[in-house]
Amino acid sequence: MNFKHGSELLALCQTHQVPISEVMISRECQLSSSAREDILLKMEKAWNIMQESAYTPVKSPKRSIGGLIGGEAQLLDAHRAEGKSVCGSLLSRAVTYSVAVLEVNASMGLIVAAPTAGSSGVVPGVLLALKEEYGLSDEQIIRGLFNAGALGYLAMRNATVAGAVGGCQAEVGVASAMAASAVVELMGGSPQQSLDAASTVLMNMLGLICDPVGGLVECPCQGRNASGAANALIAAEIALSGIKQHIPFDEMLGAMYSVGRKLPSEFRETALGGCAVTPSGCSMCGGCDSPG
Amino acid sequence: MSFISVFDVLGPNMIGPSSSHTAGAAAIALLARKMLNGRLSSVNFTLYGSFARTYKGHGTDRALLGGIMGFSTDDRRIPDSFAIAEAQGLSFHFTVNDRETEIHPNTVDILMTNDSGKELLVRGESVGGGKIRITRIDQVEVDFTGEYSTLIVIQKDKPGVIAHITRCLSERSVNIAFMKLYREEKGCTAYSIVESDGPLPPAAAEEIRKNPHVKDVMLVQI
Repeated sequence: MNFKHGSELLALCQTHQVPISEVMISRECQLSSSAREDILLKMEKAWNIMQESAYTPVKSPKRSIGGLIGGEAQLLDAHRAEGKSVCGSLLSRAVTYSVAVLEVNASMGLIVAAPTAGSSGVVPGVLLALKEEYGLSDEQIIRGLFNAGALGYLAMRNATVAGAVGGCQAEVGVASAMAASAVVELMGGSPQQSLDAASTVLMNMLGLICDPVGGLVECPCQGRNASGAANALIAAEIALSGIKQHIPFDEMLGAMYSVGRKLPSEFRETALGGCAVTPSGCSMCGGCDSPG
Repeated sequence: MSFISVFDVLGPNMIGPSSSHTAGAAAIALLARKMLNGRLSSVNFTLYGSFARTYKGHGTDRALLGGIMGFSTDDRRIPDSFAIAEAQGLSFHFTVNDRETEIHPNTVDILMTNDSGKELLVRGESVGGGKIRITRIDQVEVDFTGEYSTLIVIQKDKPGVIAHITRCLSERSVNIAFMKLYREEKGCTAYSIVESDGPLPPAAAEEIRKNPHVKDVMLVQI
Protein backbone atom coordinates (compact mmCIF):
# COMPACT_ATOMS: atom_id res chain seq x y z
CA MET A 1 0.00 0.00 0.00
CA ASN A 2 1.83 3.11 -1.20
CA PHE A 3 0.90 6.51 -2.59
CA LYS A 4 2.75 9.38 -4.18
CA HIS A 5 0.17 12.17 -4.08
CA GLY A 6 -2.71 13.35 -1.93
CA SER A 7 -5.18 12.24 -4.59
CA GLU A 8 -3.82 8.67 -4.42
CA LEU A 9 -3.99 8.75 -0.62
CA LEU A 10 -7.65 9.77 -0.79
CA ALA A 11 -8.36 6.98 -3.29
CA LEU A 12 -6.79 4.40 -0.94
CA CYS A 13 -8.87 5.67 1.98
CA GLN A 14 -11.97 5.43 -0.21
CA THR A 15 -11.22 1.96 -1.57
CA HIS A 16 -10.39 0.41 1.80
CA GLN A 17 -12.79 2.59 3.83
CA VAL A 18 -10.04 3.53 6.29
CA PRO A 19 -8.70 6.82 7.72
CA ILE A 20 -5.43 8.38 6.54
CA SER A 21 -3.61 7.13 9.66
CA GLU A 22 -4.43 3.53 8.79
CA VAL A 23 -3.08 3.87 5.24
CA MET A 24 0.15 5.32 6.64
CA ILE A 25 0.53 2.53 9.23
CA SER A 26 -0.02 -0.14 6.54
CA ARG A 27 2.44 1.59 4.23
CA GLU A 28 5.11 1.68 6.94
CA CYS A 29 4.60 -2.01 7.83
CA GLN A 30 4.91 -3.01 4.20
CA LEU A 31 7.85 -0.85 3.11
CA SER A 32 9.95 -1.38 6.25
CA SER A 33 9.01 -5.09 6.56
CA SER A 34 8.22 -4.46 10.23
CA ALA A 35 5.48 -5.70 12.52
CA ARG A 36 2.60 -3.35 13.24
CA GLU A 37 3.20 -3.38 17.00
CA ASP A 38 6.87 -2.43 16.52
CA ILE A 39 5.90 0.56 14.41
CA LEU A 40 3.25 1.67 16.90
CA LEU A 41 5.78 1.28 19.72
CA LYS A 42 8.33 3.38 17.86
CA MET A 43 5.75 6.13 17.38
CA GLU A 44 4.78 5.91 21.04
CA LYS A 45 8.43 6.54 21.92
CA ALA A 46 8.44 9.63 19.69
CA TRP A 47 5.19 10.83 21.30
CA ASN A 48 6.71 10.42 24.78
CA ILE A 49 9.71 12.55 23.77
CA MET A 50 7.34 15.15 22.29
CA GLN A 51 5.30 15.37 25.49
CA GLU A 52 8.38 15.67 27.69
CA SER A 53 9.78 18.45 25.49
CA ALA A 54 6.45 20.30 25.73
CA TYR A 55 6.11 20.00 29.51
CA THR A 56 9.68 20.46 30.78
CA PRO A 57 10.15 24.20 30.04
CA VAL A 58 6.88 25.07 31.76
CA LYS A 59 8.36 23.79 35.03
CA SER A 60 12.09 24.32 34.40
CA PRO A 61 12.86 27.10 31.92
CA LYS A 62 16.29 27.06 30.30
CA ARG A 63 18.17 29.71 28.36
CA SER A 64 19.03 28.83 24.75
CA ILE A 65 22.66 28.48 23.63
CA GLY A 66 22.30 31.61 21.50
CA GLY A 67 20.73 33.44 24.44
CA LEU A 68 17.72 34.82 22.52
CA ILE A 69 14.98 32.65 24.04
CA GLY A 70 14.07 30.80 27.23
CA GLY A 71 11.22 31.09 29.73
CA GLU A 72 8.41 31.91 27.28
CA ALA A 73 6.43 28.71 27.91
CA GLN A 74 6.37 29.33 31.65
CA LEU A 75 5.08 32.89 31.12
CA LEU A 76 2.32 31.68 28.80
CA ASP A 77 1.32 28.91 31.18
CA ALA A 78 1.12 31.34 34.12
CA HIS A 79 -0.90 33.78 32.02
CA ARG A 80 -3.49 31.10 31.26
CA ALA A 81 -3.49 29.83 34.87
CA GLU A 82 -4.43 33.33 36.01
CA GLY A 83 -7.49 33.17 33.78
CA LYS A 84 -6.19 35.94 31.53
CA SER A 85 -5.89 34.01 28.25
CA VAL A 86 -7.15 36.01 25.27
CA CYS A 87 -7.24 32.99 22.94
CA GLY A 88 -9.05 30.55 25.19
CA SER A 89 -7.71 27.38 26.70
CA LEU A 90 -7.16 25.19 23.61
CA LEU A 91 -5.18 27.73 21.62
CA SER A 92 -3.34 28.98 24.70
CA ARG A 93 -2.15 25.45 25.44
CA ALA A 94 -1.15 24.83 21.81
CA VAL A 95 0.89 28.04 21.77
CA THR A 96 2.48 27.30 25.16
CA TYR A 97 3.59 23.79 24.17
CA SER A 98 4.79 24.84 20.72
CA VAL A 99 7.12 27.49 22.12
CA ALA A 100 8.18 25.08 24.88
CA VAL A 101 9.49 22.54 22.38
CA LEU A 102 11.49 25.24 20.58
CA GLU A 103 13.01 26.25 23.91
CA VAL A 104 14.12 22.66 24.53
CA ASN A 105 15.49 22.45 20.99
CA ALA A 106 17.45 25.69 21.29
CA SER A 107 18.98 24.65 24.62
CA MET A 108 20.29 21.34 23.24
CA GLY A 109 17.51 19.24 24.73
CA LEU A 110 15.88 16.15 23.22
CA ILE A 111 13.15 16.74 20.62
CA VAL A 112 11.56 14.94 17.67
CA ALA A 113 12.08 16.72 14.33
CA ALA A 114 8.55 17.23 12.97
CA PRO A 115 9.34 17.52 10.12
CA THR A 116 12.43 19.59 11.06
CA ALA A 117 14.02 20.73 14.31
CA GLY A 118 13.14 24.37 13.57
CA SER A 119 9.46 23.45 13.19
CA SER A 120 9.40 20.77 15.89
CA GLY A 121 6.93 22.61 18.16
CA VAL A 122 3.83 22.72 15.99
CA VAL A 123 2.72 19.07 15.82
CA PRO A 124 3.32 18.22 19.51
CA GLY A 125 1.95 21.60 20.63
CA VAL A 126 -1.35 21.16 18.79
CA LEU A 127 -1.81 17.47 19.59
CA LEU A 128 -0.98 17.81 23.28
CA ALA A 129 -3.43 20.72 23.61
CA LEU A 130 -6.07 18.60 21.89
CA LYS A 131 -5.35 15.65 24.16
CA GLU A 132 -5.75 17.76 27.31
CA GLU A 133 -8.71 19.79 26.15
CA TYR A 134 -10.80 16.91 24.80
CA GLY A 135 -9.49 14.05 26.95
CA LEU A 136 -8.09 12.06 24.01
CA SER A 137 -6.05 8.94 24.74
CA ASP A 138 -2.39 8.51 23.81
CA GLU A 139 -3.48 5.73 21.40
CA GLN A 140 -5.68 8.23 19.57
CA ILE A 141 -2.92 10.83 19.44
CA ILE A 142 -0.47 8.24 18.06
CA ARG A 143 -2.94 7.57 15.23
CA GLY A 144 -3.02 11.33 14.70
CA LEU A 145 0.77 11.30 14.36
CA PHE A 146 0.56 8.76 11.53
CA ASN A 147 -1.98 11.00 9.81
CA ALA A 148 0.40 13.96 10.21
CA GLY A 149 3.24 11.77 8.95
CA ALA A 150 1.34 11.03 5.75
CA LEU A 151 1.03 14.73 4.93
CA GLY A 152 4.65 15.38 5.84
CA TYR A 153 5.77 12.50 3.65
CA LEU A 154 3.90 14.00 0.68
CA ALA A 155 5.65 17.34 1.29
CA MET A 156 9.07 15.67 1.53
CA ARG A 157 8.47 13.60 -1.58
CA ASN A 158 6.87 16.20 -3.83
CA ALA A 159 8.20 19.51 -2.50
CA THR A 160 10.63 20.28 0.33
CA VAL A 161 10.65 20.70 4.10
CA ALA A 162 14.00 22.52 4.18
CA GLY A 163 14.01 26.22 5.04
CA ALA A 164 17.20 26.60 2.99
CA VAL A 165 15.28 25.44 -0.09
CA GLY A 166 11.73 26.72 0.41
CA GLY A 167 11.69 29.19 3.31
CA CYS A 168 9.70 28.93 6.54
CA GLN A 169 6.53 28.03 4.63
CA ALA A 170 8.23 24.69 3.91
CA GLU A 171 9.14 24.08 7.55
CA VAL A 172 6.53 25.63 9.86
CA GLY A 173 4.03 25.72 6.97
CA VAL A 174 4.29 21.98 6.39
CA ALA A 175 4.35 21.23 10.14
CA SER A 176 1.15 23.25 10.49
CA ALA A 177 -0.47 21.45 7.53
CA MET A 178 0.44 18.12 9.16
CA ALA A 179 -1.07 19.17 12.48
CA ALA A 180 -4.26 20.50 10.82
CA SER A 181 -4.81 17.22 9.00
CA ALA A 182 -4.29 15.21 12.20
CA VAL A 183 -6.73 17.40 14.15
CA VAL A 184 -9.41 16.84 11.50
CA GLU A 185 -9.08 13.04 11.71
CA LEU A 186 -9.00 13.06 15.53
CA MET A 187 -12.13 15.22 15.69
CA GLY A 188 -14.08 12.94 13.35
CA GLY A 189 -13.54 14.59 9.98
CA SER A 190 -13.08 12.76 6.66
CA PRO A 191 -9.81 12.16 4.77
CA GLN A 192 -10.95 14.79 2.24
CA GLN A 193 -11.43 17.29 5.07
CA SER A 194 -7.94 16.47 6.38
CA LEU A 195 -6.39 17.30 3.01
CA ASP A 196 -8.56 20.40 2.69
CA ALA A 197 -7.34 21.65 6.08
CA ALA A 198 -3.72 20.99 5.10
CA SER A 199 -4.27 22.86 1.85
CA THR A 200 -5.77 25.81 3.74
CA VAL A 201 -2.68 26.03 5.95
CA LEU A 202 -0.32 26.08 2.97
CA MET A 203 -2.49 28.79 1.41
CA ASN A 204 -2.50 30.89 4.58
CA MET A 205 1.24 30.57 5.18
CA LEU A 206 2.29 30.85 1.52
CA GLY A 207 5.44 32.88 1.00
CA LEU A 208 6.64 32.89 4.61
CA ILE A 209 10.40 33.40 4.58
CA CYS A 210 13.16 31.86 6.70
CA ASP A 211 15.15 34.70 8.32
CA PRO A 212 16.73 33.50 11.56
CA VAL A 213 18.38 36.19 13.69
CA GLY A 214 22.06 35.39 13.98
CA GLY A 215 21.48 32.21 11.97
CA LEU A 216 20.15 30.55 15.13
CA VAL A 217 17.04 28.39 15.49
CA GLU A 218 15.57 30.77 18.07
CA CYS A 219 14.01 34.05 16.85
CA PRO A 220 11.68 34.32 14.94
CA CYS A 221 11.44 30.48 14.82
CA GLN A 222 9.83 30.14 18.24
CA GLY A 223 7.02 32.61 17.51
CA ARG A 224 6.51 31.12 14.06
CA ASN A 225 5.89 27.74 15.66
CA ALA A 226 3.17 29.32 17.81
CA SER A 227 1.61 30.86 14.71
CA GLY A 228 1.83 27.49 12.94
CA ALA A 229 -0.12 25.93 15.81
CA ALA A 230 -2.81 28.62 15.54
CA ASN A 231 -3.00 28.23 11.77
CA ALA A 232 -3.46 24.47 12.13
CA LEU A 233 -6.42 24.93 14.47
CA ILE A 234 -7.98 27.62 12.24
CA ALA A 235 -7.72 25.41 9.16
CA ALA A 236 -9.11 22.37 10.99
CA GLU A 237 -12.06 24.45 12.24
CA ILE A 238 -12.78 25.68 8.71
CA ALA A 239 -12.65 22.15 7.23
CA LEU A 240 -14.70 20.52 9.99
CA SER A 241 -17.45 23.13 9.64
CA GLY A 242 -18.10 21.83 6.14
CA ILE A 243 -16.44 24.64 4.19
CA LYS A 244 -14.81 23.21 1.08
CA GLN A 245 -11.31 24.16 -0.06
CA HIS A 246 -11.16 25.35 -3.68
CA ILE A 247 -7.57 24.26 -4.31
CA PRO A 248 -6.57 20.62 -3.65
CA PHE A 249 -3.61 19.88 -1.37
CA ASP A 250 -1.43 18.52 -4.21
CA GLU A 251 -1.80 21.79 -6.12
CA MET A 252 -1.11 23.93 -3.05
CA LEU A 253 1.98 21.85 -2.32
CA GLY A 254 3.17 22.55 -5.87
CA ALA A 255 2.45 26.26 -5.40
CA MET A 256 4.37 26.33 -2.10
CA TYR A 257 7.36 24.60 -3.69
CA SER A 258 7.33 26.92 -6.69
CA VAL A 259 7.12 30.03 -4.51
CA GLY A 260 9.87 28.67 -2.26
CA ARG A 261 12.34 28.12 -5.08
CA LYS A 262 11.70 31.65 -6.35
CA LEU A 263 12.50 33.21 -2.98
CA PRO A 264 15.79 35.16 -3.09
CA SER A 265 18.53 33.34 -1.17
CA GLU A 266 18.43 36.12 1.47
CA PHE A 267 15.10 34.66 2.57
CA ARG A 268 16.16 31.03 2.75
CA GLU A 269 17.97 30.41 6.04
CA THR A 270 21.02 32.50 5.19
CA ALA A 271 20.28 35.09 7.92
CA LEU A 272 20.79 37.83 5.31
CA GLY A 273 17.20 39.13 5.10
CA GLY A 274 13.97 39.87 6.96
CA CYS A 275 14.13 39.81 10.77
CA ALA A 276 17.83 38.91 10.67
CA VAL A 277 18.86 42.22 9.10
CA THR A 278 16.72 44.58 11.15
CA PRO A 279 18.95 46.86 13.27
CA SER A 280 17.91 44.95 16.40
CA GLY A 281 18.39 41.58 14.70
CA CYS A 282 21.88 42.60 13.60
CA SER A 283 22.76 43.85 17.07
CA MET A 284 21.97 40.42 18.52
CA CYS A 285 24.24 38.70 16.00
CA GLY A 286 28.01 38.43 16.20
CA GLY A 287 28.44 39.71 12.65
CA CYS A 288 27.78 38.33 9.19
CA ASP A 289 30.68 35.88 9.09
CA SER A 290 31.19 35.10 12.72
CA PRO A 291 29.91 31.95 14.37
CA GLY A 292 26.24 32.40 15.30
CA MET B 1 16.45 2.85 3.58
CA SER B 2 15.27 3.65 0.10
CA PHE B 3 11.79 4.98 0.91
CA ILE B 4 10.64 7.98 2.94
CA SER B 5 9.56 6.47 6.25
CA VAL B 6 7.03 8.08 8.60
CA PHE B 7 10.00 8.27 10.98
CA ASP B 8 11.91 10.38 8.47
CA VAL B 9 9.01 12.85 8.77
CA LEU B 10 8.50 12.54 12.53
CA GLY B 11 12.16 12.10 13.35
CA PRO B 12 14.97 11.85 13.93
CA ASN B 13 14.68 11.88 17.71
CA MET B 14 17.50 14.29 18.33
CA ILE B 15 19.32 16.74 20.55
CA GLY B 16 18.67 20.23 19.13
CA PRO B 17 18.88 22.74 17.72
CA SER B 18 19.50 21.72 14.10
CA SER B 19 19.00 18.45 12.22
CA SER B 20 21.81 19.28 9.79
CA HIS B 21 24.22 21.09 12.12
CA THR B 22 23.66 19.05 15.30
CA ALA B 23 22.05 15.65 14.57
CA GLY B 24 23.89 15.21 11.24
CA ALA B 25 27.19 16.17 12.85
CA ALA B 26 26.74 13.59 15.62
CA ALA B 27 25.79 10.95 13.05
CA ILE B 28 28.90 11.56 10.92
CA ALA B 29 31.22 11.28 13.93
CA LEU B 30 29.42 8.19 15.26
CA LEU B 31 29.87 6.46 11.91
CA ALA B 32 33.51 7.55 11.61
CA ARG B 33 34.27 6.17 15.08
CA LYS B 34 33.01 2.73 14.05
CA MET B 35 35.63 2.65 11.29
CA LEU B 36 38.68 2.65 13.58
CA ASN B 37 39.32 -0.16 16.07
CA GLY B 38 40.88 0.29 19.48
CA ARG B 39 40.65 3.06 22.03
CA LEU B 40 40.75 6.59 20.65
CA SER B 41 43.50 8.82 21.99
CA SER B 42 43.01 11.99 19.96
CA VAL B 43 40.71 13.49 17.37
CA ASN B 44 40.94 16.58 15.17
CA PHE B 45 37.89 18.05 13.50
CA THR B 46 38.24 20.41 10.54
CA LEU B 47 35.03 22.31 9.77
CA TYR B 48 34.12 23.73 6.37
CA GLY B 49 31.44 26.03 4.96
CA SER B 50 28.38 26.64 7.10
CA PHE B 51 29.76 24.24 9.73
CA ALA B 52 32.80 26.52 10.01
CA ARG B 53 30.74 29.71 10.28
CA THR B 54 27.94 28.66 12.63
CA TYR B 55 29.20 25.68 14.62
CA LYS B 56 29.13 27.30 18.06
CA GLY B 57 25.52 28.52 17.92
CA HIS B 58 24.34 25.12 16.68
CA GLY B 59 26.37 22.99 19.09
CA THR B 60 28.03 21.30 16.10
CA ASP B 61 31.29 20.95 18.05
CA ARG B 62 29.59 19.26 21.02
CA ALA B 63 27.63 16.97 18.69
CA LEU B 64 30.77 15.93 16.76
CA LEU B 65 32.66 15.18 19.94
CA GLY B 66 29.66 13.29 21.35
CA GLY B 67 29.38 11.21 18.19
CA ILE B 68 33.07 10.31 18.30
CA MET B 69 32.53 8.98 21.85
CA GLY B 70 29.69 6.77 20.60
CA PHE B 71 26.71 8.99 21.43
CA SER B 72 23.80 8.70 19.00
CA THR B 73 21.80 11.76 17.84
CA ASP B 74 19.29 11.42 20.72
CA ASP B 75 21.87 10.98 23.51
CA ARG B 76 21.30 13.51 26.29
CA ARG B 77 25.02 13.55 27.10
CA ILE B 78 25.78 15.51 23.88
CA PRO B 79 25.55 18.99 25.53
CA ASP B 80 28.18 17.86 28.08
CA SER B 81 30.49 16.13 25.63
CA PHE B 82 33.45 18.48 26.23
CA ALA B 83 33.57 17.66 29.95
CA ILE B 84 33.01 13.95 29.27
CA ALA B 85 35.86 13.83 26.73
CA GLU B 86 38.21 15.56 29.16
CA ALA B 87 37.27 13.10 31.91
CA GLN B 88 38.01 10.22 29.52
CA GLY B 89 41.39 11.69 28.60
CA LEU B 90 40.44 12.08 24.95
CA SER B 91 42.40 14.88 23.34
CA PHE B 92 40.27 16.89 20.86
CA HIS B 93 40.77 19.89 18.67
CA PHE B 94 38.61 21.95 16.29
CA THR B 95 39.97 23.79 13.25
CA VAL B 96 38.04 26.08 10.93
CA ASN B 97 38.85 26.00 7.22
CA ASP B 98 37.19 28.94 5.46
CA ARG B 99 39.53 28.92 2.44
CA GLU B 100 38.11 25.78 0.82
CA THR B 101 34.83 26.79 -0.83
CA GLU B 102 34.38 24.11 -3.52
CA ILE B 103 32.90 21.74 -0.97
CA HIS B 104 29.45 20.81 0.40
CA PRO B 105 28.51 23.57 2.92
CA ASN B 106 28.17 21.18 5.87
CA THR B 107 31.41 19.21 5.66
CA VAL B 108 33.78 17.97 8.36
CA ASP B 109 37.10 16.12 8.21
CA ILE B 110 37.67 13.88 11.21
CA LEU B 111 41.23 12.75 11.85
CA MET B 112 41.27 10.03 14.50
CA THR B 113 44.28 8.46 16.23
CA ASN B 114 43.90 5.28 18.30
CA ASP B 115 46.05 4.19 21.24
CA SER B 116 48.36 2.15 19.01
CA GLY B 117 49.08 5.24 16.95
CA LYS B 118 47.02 4.27 13.92
CA GLU B 119 45.45 7.23 12.12
CA LEU B 120 42.30 7.41 10.00
CA LEU B 121 40.83 10.42 8.22
CA VAL B 122 37.11 10.38 7.44
CA ARG B 123 35.26 13.16 5.60
CA GLY B 124 31.51 13.44 6.10
CA GLU B 125 28.76 15.69 4.75
CA SER B 126 25.50 16.51 6.52
CA VAL B 127 23.01 16.65 3.67
CA GLY B 128 19.84 17.72 5.52
CA GLY B 129 17.25 16.36 7.93
CA GLY B 130 19.94 14.46 9.83
CA LYS B 131 20.95 12.49 6.73
CA ILE B 132 24.66 12.11 6.07
CA ARG B 133 27.19 10.61 3.71
CA ILE B 134 30.84 9.70 4.00
CA THR B 135 32.79 11.07 1.04
CA ARG B 136 36.43 10.38 1.83
CA ILE B 137 38.50 7.82 3.70
CA ASP B 138 42.14 8.92 3.99
CA GLN B 139 42.97 10.11 0.48
CA VAL B 140 40.34 8.15 -1.42
CA GLU B 141 36.97 9.57 -2.40
CA VAL B 142 34.11 7.25 -1.50
CA ASP B 143 30.34 7.53 -1.11
CA PHE B 144 28.16 5.69 1.39
CA THR B 145 25.55 6.65 3.96
CA GLY B 146 25.76 4.25 6.89
CA GLU B 147 22.05 3.47 6.48
CA TYR B 148 23.02 -0.12 5.63
CA SER B 149 25.48 -2.45 7.29
CA THR B 150 28.72 -1.59 5.53
CA LEU B 151 31.92 -3.51 4.87
CA ILE B 152 34.95 -1.44 3.87
CA VAL B 153 37.95 -3.33 2.52
CA ILE B 154 41.28 -1.60 1.93
CA GLN B 155 43.23 -3.65 -0.57
CA LYS B 156 45.93 -3.62 -3.22
CA ASP B 157 44.47 -3.06 -6.69
CA LYS B 158 45.18 -6.67 -7.87
CA PRO B 159 43.13 -9.27 -9.78
CA GLY B 160 41.04 -11.65 -7.70
CA VAL B 161 40.51 -9.54 -4.58
CA ILE B 162 36.91 -8.64 -5.44
CA ALA B 163 36.13 -12.28 -6.26
CA HIS B 164 37.58 -13.24 -2.86
CA ILE B 165 35.37 -10.66 -1.09
CA THR B 166 32.17 -11.72 -2.82
CA ARG B 167 32.94 -15.42 -2.27
CA CYS B 168 33.44 -14.87 1.48
CA LEU B 169 30.10 -13.04 1.60
CA SER B 170 28.13 -15.48 -0.57
CA GLU B 171 29.39 -18.45 1.50
CA ARG B 172 27.67 -16.81 4.47
CA SER B 173 24.48 -16.01 2.52
CA VAL B 174 24.98 -12.24 2.65
CA ASN B 175 22.78 -10.42 0.15
CA ILE B 176 24.70 -7.44 -1.25
CA ALA B 177 22.53 -4.33 -1.69
CA PHE B 178 25.29 -2.13 -3.19
CA MET B 179 28.96 -2.69 -3.99
CA LYS B 180 31.36 0.02 -5.12
CA LEU B 181 35.07 0.05 -5.88
CA TYR B 182 37.37 3.08 -5.55
CA ARG B 183 41.12 3.39 -6.06
CA GLU B 184 43.88 5.95 -5.73
CA GLU B 185 45.51 4.85 -9.00
CA LYS B 186 46.05 1.67 -10.99
CA GLY B 187 47.88 -1.00 -8.99
CA CYS B 188 47.89 1.05 -5.77
CA THR B 189 45.48 1.15 -2.83
CA ALA B 190 41.83 0.43 -3.58
CA TYR B 191 38.70 0.49 -1.43
CA SER B 192 35.78 -1.90 -1.79
CA ILE B 193 32.59 -0.79 -0.09
CA VAL B 194 29.79 -3.32 0.33
CA GLU B 195 26.39 -2.37 1.74
CA SER B 196 24.04 -5.10 2.88
CA ASP B 197 20.38 -5.26 3.91
CA GLY B 198 21.02 -7.52 6.88
CA PRO B 199 23.83 -7.69 9.44
CA LEU B 200 27.28 -8.59 8.11
CA PRO B 201 28.86 -11.59 9.87
CA PRO B 202 32.22 -10.71 11.52
CA ALA B 203 33.52 -14.15 10.40
CA ALA B 204 33.21 -13.00 6.78
CA ALA B 205 35.36 -9.97 7.57
CA GLU B 206 38.00 -12.21 9.17
CA GLU B 207 37.98 -14.51 6.14
CA ILE B 208 38.38 -11.53 3.78
CA ARG B 209 41.35 -10.32 5.84
CA LYS B 210 43.26 -13.56 5.08
CA ASN B 211 43.85 -12.57 1.45
CA PRO B 212 47.46 -11.30 1.13
CA HIS B 213 46.37 -8.27 -0.91
CA VAL B 214 43.90 -7.12 1.76
CA LYS B 215 45.42 -4.46 4.03
CA ASP B 216 42.50 -3.80 6.35
CA VAL B 217 38.81 -4.55 6.82
CA MET B 218 36.27 -2.36 8.62
CA LEU B 219 32.81 -3.49 9.56
CA VAL B 220 30.11 -0.93 10.35
CA GLN B 221 26.88 -2.53 11.58
CA ILE B 222 23.66 -0.55 11.70
